[in-house]
Amino acid sequence: MKRLSRYRRHKAAGPLLLIFALLAIGTTFSVASATVKESQSVFDRSASIEEGKQIFLKGCSSCHGLNAEGGSIAPSLIGVGAASVDFQVGTGRMPMADMSTQAMRKPRVYNEEETAALAAYIASLAPGPAVPGESELNYERDGNTAEGGELFRNNCAMCHNFAGQGGALTQGKYAPTLMGVEPKHIYEAMITGPQSMPVFSDKTITPEEKLSIIKWIKSAEAEPNLGGATMGRIGPVTEGLLAWVLGLGLLIGIAVWLTMRAR
Amino acid sequence: MTATEKIVGNTANFVDERLGAAKWVKKSLNKVFPDHWTFMFGEVCMYSFVILLLSGTFLTFWFDPSQKEVVYNGAYEPLQGLKMSAAYASTLNISFEIRGGLLMRQIHHWAANIFMAAIVAHLLRVFFTGAFRKPREFNWILGILLLTLGLVEGLLGYSLPDDLLSGTGLRITSAIIQAIPVVGTYVSFFLFGGEFPGTDFIPRIFTLHILIIPGIFLAVITIHVMLVWYQKHTQFPGVGRTEKNVVGHPILPVYMAKAGGFFFVVFGITAFISAVASINPIWLYGPYTPGQISAGSQPDWYMGWLDGLVRMAPPLETHAFGHTISWNILIPAVIIPGIIFTGMALYPFIESWITGDKREHHLLDRPRNVPNRTALGVMSITFVMVALINGGNDIIATNFDLSINQIMWFSRIGIFILPPLAFIITKRLCLSLQRADRELLLHGAETGRLLRLPHGEFVEVHAPISPEKAYQLQSHEQLVPLEIADVDARGVRRPGALKNKLKRRLSKAHAVSIPKVTEQELKEIENH
Repeated sequence: MKRLSRYRRHKAAGPLLLIFALLAIGTTFSVASATVKESQSVFDRSASIEEGKQIFLKGCSSCHGLNAEGGSIAPSLIGVGAASVDFQVGTGRMPMADMSTQAMRKPRVYNEEETAALAAYIASLAPGPAVPGESELNYERDGNTAEGGELFRNNCAMCHNFAGQGGALTQGKYAPTLMGVEPKHIYEAMITGPQSMPVFSDKTITPEEKLSIIKWIKSAEAEPNLGGATMGRIGPVTEGLLAWVLGLGLLIGIAVWLTMRAR
Repeated sequence: MTATEKIVGNTANFVDERLGAAKWVKKSLNKVFPDHWTFMFGEVCMYSFVILLLSGTFLTFWFDPSQKEVVYNGAYEPLQGLKMSAAYASTLNISFEIRGGLLMRQIHHWAANIFMAAIVAHLLRVFFTGAFRKPREFNWILGILLLTLGLVEGLLGYSLPDDLLSGTGLRITSAIIQAIPVVGTYVSFFLFGGEFPGTDFIPRIFTLHILIIPGIFLAVITIHVMLVWYQKHTQFPGVGRTEKNVVGHPILPVYMAKAGGFFFVVFGITAFISAVASINPIWLYGPYTPGQISAGSQPDWYMGWLDGLVRMAPPLETHAFGHTISWNILIPAVIIPGIIFTGMALYPFIESWITGDKREHHLLDRPRNVPNRTALGVMSITFVMVALINGGNDIIATNFDLSINQIMWFSRIGIFILPPLAFIITKRLCLSLQRADRELLLHGAETGRLLRLPHGEFVEVHAPISPEKAYQLQSHEQLVPLEIADVDARGVRRPGALKNKLKRRLSKAHAVSIPKVTEQELKEIENH
């Protein structure tokens, strides 16, 4: 208590108190109305919110605004939830390296604690989807591969390709490959709809179905190339290339050799 | 005479006395085939076709051509428990449970891709060397027919497994059929037995794919090859080769050994690729349902250019009198291919009309010596390549970090600009090569040896080229434009002025070439 009281005249004390108050009311409301499932966040919220804010002010506020209200080049983060932050920062997409068409996956800038603090801070601004906990992500137990594949082909394959290899969208945007993506991040992408991706709410695709999709993606990832080299699992384009270059190439080589004049 | 010889001799006699085959066999065995590596493409086609027949027959033993809905309980876990057509389930079964099934499937599909590639290579060789000229026009048309049959047969073939990708292809096919004005809808309903997808198309496609089209294929290939046999193979110009002879190896033993061996080489290479590289992994695509689609859905390469043309067409539609005409499908998928294939089939007659050349030709042209034709060929290749690139625009966009819109606009503009550009550049290159030939004939080959003359001048020593080479460089005919007068001998205007004008212009363009080295020039050089 003594440590806290030292900050009672701090500049941020007022807004923070307000945030706490709003958060308290919001939490009470959400618990009371019980429309959103109580999140089992692994984060120690109260301790990390302040730390998250500091990171935010240093690393994010130049684009997203001092109070995460957004700006001309970046969207508002109020209400995007911890899941969104965990996805964007955890996959290295944020902070962006440059203002190109789309934030791309790259080595993460912030470590796990910093990401958690940022997520806690953003979550403290307004309620939003929370980071799914370990117990919610037990896809091995709760998922069904075949059903996941069917759901994937119904909802995801049109952008991410039949084998989750990614695909092109308009104007240089793209649906990234899903190979090597952490289950947590796949789940978060589905509930937050990053970049061009739509949100797949729990009403559209239930949490169990989401786990089935993740299970199918993981099974596709682990599946050995049953027919030999796949050349990217992207369909007949590379197959045609191989038929011409390797197939006809070898045959032309042999034909030249066969018709060579004996010396 | 040894015992073996006696048995062979007696057997041969027995057959000959009854069939009278000896004369024919003797004549046939003395048949001579010229040697050039580009003459082997046709053989690759034929051998790939044999591989297709063999592997295809194997596949029919287990393939169930039915759209009856079944629940999959096979070996491939990620699809277990899903409802799918019997066709798809049996293809999975062939892939995972039949011994050697996956290899056979891959051999069948790779062989199809190589078959089509070899057909195109063969066609280009025949085109660029002018082998289609009289008397071989009919065989050229048969070749175009085989190419068209190959396209259709391939499309039907990869539609049979009833996976997500093949269903997507059929959906597009039905859309293209429906885009044909007036009859389109009726034809589509007739072919699919009602609204797409229906439950009829797999059995129908199966009959077409394994019986009717291969039957036509066999017949046409037989005539195609028999005509080559009867009309004899063309040959490249060279010393001792004339329009009246064929220089090469007799069918026995050299040619037979080479050709027979080449079959096994083709089979071996196809089997090798099939063993190491996956093709059409239908288990990853999943069963077909009209509601699903995958990003990067592509046809096989030989249909890719058509897909590319459809992809680049702007959204044009007319609605009139209760009918919709989808120009965006009709033009790229029906009208343009129609023009291309008709034009290809008629090209021998078009060229002979332009040049007025009605003589028989058994000696081939070197592509550079007929610049107009070569340029036209390269122009067509460029057209198809631009379309093909656009067919894979999404794959190119994701793999090279490009914008799909930029690629589309590149193709939309490029399809009009690049082919004519290719024409001009190729024609210039041909003329430059002709100049180089002329230079070689007149001054010999550069040796790289520099000589300093007594008065200090440096000259490069040119070595004379071999007589064979010299013959090859000057054996072609000088192209001359047709002389078509607007008025006849009596000064009366001839009919068809516009036609004559067109013919004269085309003939003039066709005859653009570098003057051949004359005897006189050669003599002058010798005395020089």
